[in-house]
Amino acid sequence: MGPLVPEVIGNELNFVVALFVGIAFGFVLEQAGFSTSKKLVGLFYGYDFTVLRVFFTGGVTAIIGVVALNHFGLIDISLVYVNPTFLWSALVGGVIMGLGFVIGGYCPGTSVCAAAIGKIDAMYFVGGSFIGVLLFAEGYPLFEGLYKAANWGNIKIFEPLGMSQSLFAFLLVAMAVGAFWVVTMIETKVNGKPNPELNSKPLYVGLTAVALLIGLSAFAMPDRKEAFLAQANNASGESTVDVKIMTSDELAFRLIDNDQDLQLFDFRNQKDFNTLSLPKSVHYTLENIFEKDAHKFLTLKHAKNVFISDDEVLAEKAVSLAIKLGYRDIYVLRGGLNQFKSDILNFRMPEGAIARSEKDTYRFRSEACKIIPQLIEENRLKQSAGGEKKAKKRVLGGC
Amino acid sequence: MNDTKYMNPYLAGFFLGLVLLATIYITGRGLGASGAVKSGVVAAVQSVAPSHTANTHFYQEYAEEHPGNPLKNWLVFEVIGVVIGAFISGLISNRLKFTLEHSAKIKRQTRIAGAIVGGLLFGFGAQLGRGCTSGAALSGMAVLSFGGIITMLAIFGGAYAFAYFLRKLWL
Repeated sequence: MGPLVPEVIGNELNFVVALFVGIAFGFVLEQAGFSTSKKLVGLFYGYDFTVLRVFFTGGVTAIIGVVALNHFGLIDISLVYVNPTFLWSALVGGVIMGLGFVIGGYCPGTSVCAAAIGKIDAMYFVGGSFIGVLLFAEGYPLFEGLYKAANWGNIKIFEPLGMSQSLFAFLLVAMAVGAFWVVTMIETKVNGKPNPELNSKPLYVGLTAVALLIGLSAFAMPDRKEAFLAQANNASGESTVDVKIMTSDELAFRLIDNDQDLQLFDFRNQKDFNTLSLPKSVHYTLENIFEKDAHKFLTLKHAKNVFISDDEVLAEKAVSLAIKLGYRDIYVLRGGLNQFKSDILNFRMPEGAIARSEKDTYRFRSEACKIIPQLIEENRLKQSAGGEKKAKKRVLGGC
Repeated sequence: MNDTKYMNPYLAGFFLGLVLLATIYITGRGLGASGAVKSGVVAAVQSVAPSHTANTHFYQEYAEEHPGNPLKNWLVFEVIGVVIGAFISGLISNRLKFTLEHSAKIKRQTRIAGAIVGGLLFGFGAQLGRGCTSGAALSGMAVLSFGGIITMLAIFGGAYAFAYFLRKLWL
């Protein structure tokens, strides 16, 4: 499951990846003609829309690709860097960059590209950008207010617009294709003649159709998490899958036995988890099951995975979700932690006659109710001292 | 090879999208450019005036977010790659040449001044906007980031708004 960094590809190797990514990026930009300011500013004067074509085709390809990777569970989208939104600095910074674009004729990436093939103007542009960053750094106290104002977090574009990811992705593809046709007409008008390289109409009608079809495919690939969570929440009550059950006694036995294969996933809320949590347990939410971390734990060989909630309902929901995501062999604690408490932790020897068949069970429980609280206490001390905290690390990206 | 024609823009865009997608899949982050300039500036100031960087707010925040050598940064390696990739492309398409490109109606000095001022504004704006056309606009669009997309709209909207007044530089 992606991203491959840092587990599959280490942080050091990632620098090598960066180099190769850069080579591919630079190569494509140069081949597309982004190494000449004349072509770049053509966008703003209507005589050459190459930038728009390359930029939007690239953007749309990547969007559909990310939607597909997410839909098929090939990438943990919660680990992917989503540029944070600081409304005012984004707008003001953007307009300043726009002004720099028309005055300088490049943007930072393209200027590096152009400088690499010998464009002297681009070298001056790169020099200028160093000065610009230095000015920002030195004057930072003046701009810090604007820089940090209106922090909306890592939100996605379709959220404030109130539409689904699929609809937005489709609209964007449709918009891009529409823009391609319009700018081709503008280009023809401004230049007085059609672009000889782009005048094969049947080819472009075909490509338009293909692009729209790919755009439509976004509807067949809804956000996996949202769709599955909605299903899981609707299907409350009777569970459709037969779930494996672990009894309180078995769990207690495995805890006392210090079973190394036991992994407990606690779906209660964080507060209850902090108050009382079993050894070998981690706090989980339904969302966590979609993440790469879950993939790592739930696919471990020989592991006894047990989902726990107060009763069985939430844990069963979580198991059915996990089964949909392709995980197998997950147990639900019968009666949840409530029953575990009454069976084991708060065990009282029943009064009166005890059936012979239950005698061993009760003897076990009366022992377990002494040992397990100690284990819980030891675990609590260990946790607060060592801090085996499950910190989620989102990749740091951006410029 | 002796071919100075550019690639079909849609094909180039498709490849650009694949590069970006592969980057996201492998590393969990997108492409960028101006971040490398920032690393360069921080490293330069650090070596010239170490006491200054230790006492100035901006560099302190940078050091907090990026511990270690500022040049040992993903984007620095990526931009070194861009230089190599663009050079290879220029080589095979026969476009390697030292030139100062400018409109016939303006002087060389005007173009140089424009490039420096434009670079300065872009570098400054990219700090404020947390990324440039690559890091904020393109990579932000790929992950449907709200911030990335409004930055993109502001860049291109701003450029169109100013284009008319600066037409003498280009046309």
